[in-house]
Amino acid sequence: MSAIGEPILELKNISASYDAISVLHDVNITVRRGEVMALLGPNGAGKSTVLKIASALMRPTQGSVHIAGHDLTGAAASELARLGVCTIPEGRGIFPNLTVRENLEMAARKGLAVSVIQERAFARFPILAERRTQLAGTLSGGQQQMLSLARGLATDPVLLMLDEMSMGLAPIVVADLYEQVQAIAAEGVSVLVIEQFARTVLGIADTAVVMSHGHVRFSGNASDVDEATLSSAYLGTK
Amino acid sequence: MQQLVAYTVIGLTTGAIYALASSGLVVTYVTSGVFNIAHGAIGMIAAFSYWQVRFEWGWSAPIALIAILGVLCPTLGLVIDRVALRGLAQATEVTRLTATVALMAAFIGIATWIWPPENRQPFRGFFDGNNVSVLGVNVGWNKIIALIAAVVVAGGLRILLYKTRLGIQMRAVVDDRSLAELNGARPARIASASWALGASLAGLAGILLAAEVQLNVVPLTLLVINAYAAAIFGRLKSLPLTFLGAMALGLTEAYLLWGQGQSWFPETIGGFSTSGLRQATPTIFLFLLLMLLPQAKLRAGAARVRERSAIPQWNTAILGAAVLVIGSIAVTGMMTRSNTIYLIQALIMALAVVSLVPLTGYAGLVSLAPLTFAGIGAVLMSKMPGDGNVVSLIAVVVVVALIGAVVALPALRLEGIYLALATGAFALLVSILVFNQGKIFSNGVAEVPPLRIPGVDLSQPRPKAIFLSVAFAVVGLLLVALRRSSLGRQFVAMKDSPLAGATLGMNLVRTKALAFAMSAAIASLAGALDAGKVAPDNYTFDRSLPILLLAIVSGVGSIGGAFFGGMLLGSNTVLASIVPSVSKITQVMPGLIGLSMGRNPNGTASQIATGFRPVTSHPQSLLTALSGIGALWLLTSVDIISHWGFFAALVIWGLGIVPNLPALAVTSGRSRVFCLLIAAVGMGIAAFFDDIFDAVPTGGRLLAIIVLFVVVGNAIRRVHTPVAPTSKSSPDLMGLTGFTPEELSQSDRAIKVVP
Repeated sequence: MSAIGEPILELKNISASYDAISVLHDVNITVRRGEVMALLGPNGAGKSTVLKIASALMRPTQGSVHIAGHDLTGAAASELARLGVCTIPEGRGIFPNLTVRENLEMAARKGLAVSVIQERAFARFPILAERRTQLAGTLSGGQQQMLSLARGLATDPVLLMLDEMSMGLAPIVVADLYEQVQAIAAEGVSVLVIEQFARTVLGIADTAVVMSHGHVRFSGNASDVDEATLSSAYLGTK
Repeated sequence: MQQLVAYTVIGLTTGAIYALASSGLVVTYVTSGVFNIAHGAIGMIAAFSYWQVRFEWGWSAPIALIAILGVLCPTLGLVIDRVALRGLAQATEVTRLTATVALMAAFIGIATWIWPPENRQPFRGFFDGNNVSVLGVNVGWNKIIALIAAVVVAGGLRILLYKTRLGIQMRAVVDDRSLAELNGARPARIASASWALGASLAGLAGILLAAEVQLNVVPLTLLVINAYAAAIFGRLKSLPLTFLGAMALGLTEAYLLWGQGQSWFPETIGGFSTSGLRQATPTIFLFLLLMLLPQAKLRAGAARVRERSAIPQWNTAILGAAVLVIGSIAVTGMMTRSNTIYLIQALIMALAVVSLVPLTGYAGLVSLAPLTFAGIGAVLMSKMPGDGNVVSLIAVVVVVALIGAVVALPALRLEGIYLALATGAFALLVSILVFNQGKIFSNGVAEVPPLRIPGVDLSQPRPKAIFLSVAFAVVGLLLVALRRSSLGRQFVAMKDSPLAGATLGMNLVRTKALAFAMSAAIASLAGALDAGKVAPDNYTFDRSLPILLLAIVSGVGSIGGAFFGGMLLGSNTVLASIVPSVSKITQVMPGLIGLSMGRNPNGTASQIATGFRPVTSHPQSLLTALSGIGALWLLTSVDIISHWGFFAALVIWGLGIVPNLPALAVTSGRSRVFCLLIAAVGMGIAAFFDDIFDAVPTGGRLLAIIVLFVVVGNAIRRVHTPVAPTSKSSPDLMGLTGFTPEELSQSDRAIKVVP
């Protein structure tokens, strides 16, 4: 499947910095409807910063962020969330001191009842139904990731962004989760997956962006990402 | 039996008030992550305001309640959240705690300013004079209402936090602020809502409590210690446990009250009077609970260290010490006797502030009890044989250091707010149980003998002032040596990352105990060297708060900062002697300065220092600045300008013009002339302030001065080209940020990372 739909997330000429250290230089990324994009690169390439900017947790010093054609540069993260941008940050995207049910309730808003969210979440991950009154912090790592995924998906997002979902999880759990991600994309949701480990995610991605040192080094079909591209980005060799 | 019922009812109603106060505390902590030391102060302000509208202005009770609990308190909560704490969301727990300490100090200042403690109508409770009979005991309506209110609030809060979307969002924001935002929650609004709610609960408790204990600023503020105790019982999260704790506390107090009236109750234990025992119950309760808390987990690289002070250099330290000593010899020669006494007070304060440098500045531990150790030092000095012998002084310092280490031992397992509260509880316990004993302060006074040094009469102000500056200089030099030593580096490492320190083989318990001992020893000097008649009131908990505040605000990592802080504290009295009407402002000043941290977590001093750094490194500007101050002093002393004019001109010169001097020196042509013109006009208005603002009352005058200096400063800044302050950033290694590059490379060499 190649990129076919209209652009959902467009990052145009983005530059960003932490205090005096600039971490992104003129980055352009476009995610289209129904597309799974893998954002790859070594530690420190600027992947997570791209995600922070795309979800409005951080402001770019230059450039603009467009969601479904609207310029939303400088909007609050909560606004983007309400518009259907769902971000699951690095680590476990859950509230450890809230119960599973309360975690799901956090996604509820006008026009989206708690009962609907629960129904959808429990249908996708039945194990969560058994644990609904348990504190989320007491779940296993894989279950926590399921919970955050379930909560994100219950909101009918147009764009789902996942940061290092595989971190600290057993390979079999990771494979399970990515199967779910593929199913989600098939429903028409755009997905941006950030991973340090390229092979896990290239198998399910349509397109890929490879970054290093704050620059986009490659942008194109996932199948076109070859050893040479990766090793030059990760190891700095030509 | 009848009595048992009566005291149980008293206990339950008192417990109900504590429950109200503590539930508000828990709500703000659970929903905003800030432990609000000022919670009681908000209740105190609410009680005073209620008294004002209800009894002074004669509003009816329901309208007064709506006005205070429905309007004033929520507004106060909102303002606190927006103004004082908004900028601190990312700051460390200690910084946020200090901001609420600042709030408390500011509120105490404001209340004593607005409601001076004279000719007051009594504060009457709800339906005063009418009683209800409960199980044959007459109970006042105020108590019944407290009980009902506690039950209603308990149920309401439970539903709010666990059953409503707002409540779940409140808890979610504390768990993970940015994640909550990614889920569409608006953390800013949620925090505001919880502060409004918490403030209203504090207000309700304050009003109910005032009816029982009457209006009195400090006791009303400190009665939240009860709330702290109950809240800690609920481990700062469980509301049911908090309520249980509050009730248990109320009952214990009531039964002790009952017991004290009985013949079998011992009046003294081991020669010490038990009269303070009931008053001390909540504090003992708090202290014990804190001791029972599980060991805090070591945290890895806290890294968000607020103050990053430079390693003191020997040449600057020696220069500073020499300037201080020579300066004090010169200055005291010209000063009147009474002004010298003010200087002595300021120097004593500076010693108390500098005692926090090793503890808080280097080791990152907070103490709310610096003056308690000073008090112990004073008491021991007065009891020591030898009448001011140097050997006795050394003995006192050693003993207080040991006491400091012993007090620290149980507290060593605690961190952040828990440690701060434990030291606060210690301060209160010493005040209530030890300092009020007739044996300790006979008739409330102790006589501290002046130190006997051959050839010097330290009972005279001038030698005493000079001696104190020498003492400060010596302590300062010792602290410089400490900071540059291996132990000093261990202190800083412990602050930056206890985990990293422990894995490198540091003994954290020993290091913490040493930090406490050193701090206590220095603080004891502030008591033992303050010869003369001293009263326990000098060493109370609420007096320790401004010490901590000014220490943190003026830069607790540096000795110069501590000196500056002490002088600021001392200047309260000095300023008041020059311009009497300013004294009310200076009461509120420490609090207000502390609050400015909310805008700039790096501390006011660092901000000012950044502004003045170009000046100090530019001799010509420095000279101009100092001669300007000298000229103003001269003009005032020959009565050309008035005292108000002096004050105004000093503010505008020092804060508006001096920071711009280096830039002015390099600005040329028309813009330079223009700047000088603005400065001249500003100084002119300031110098003849009295004539221009003749009919304006104090508040208006102060406002005018602030507006004037902001206008002058900004006008000049607009015209010239600014000189950018140079900033240095140090490399970051495993979260150890308090080290200079030299120190890091030194340690790299030591562990053979680099040859």
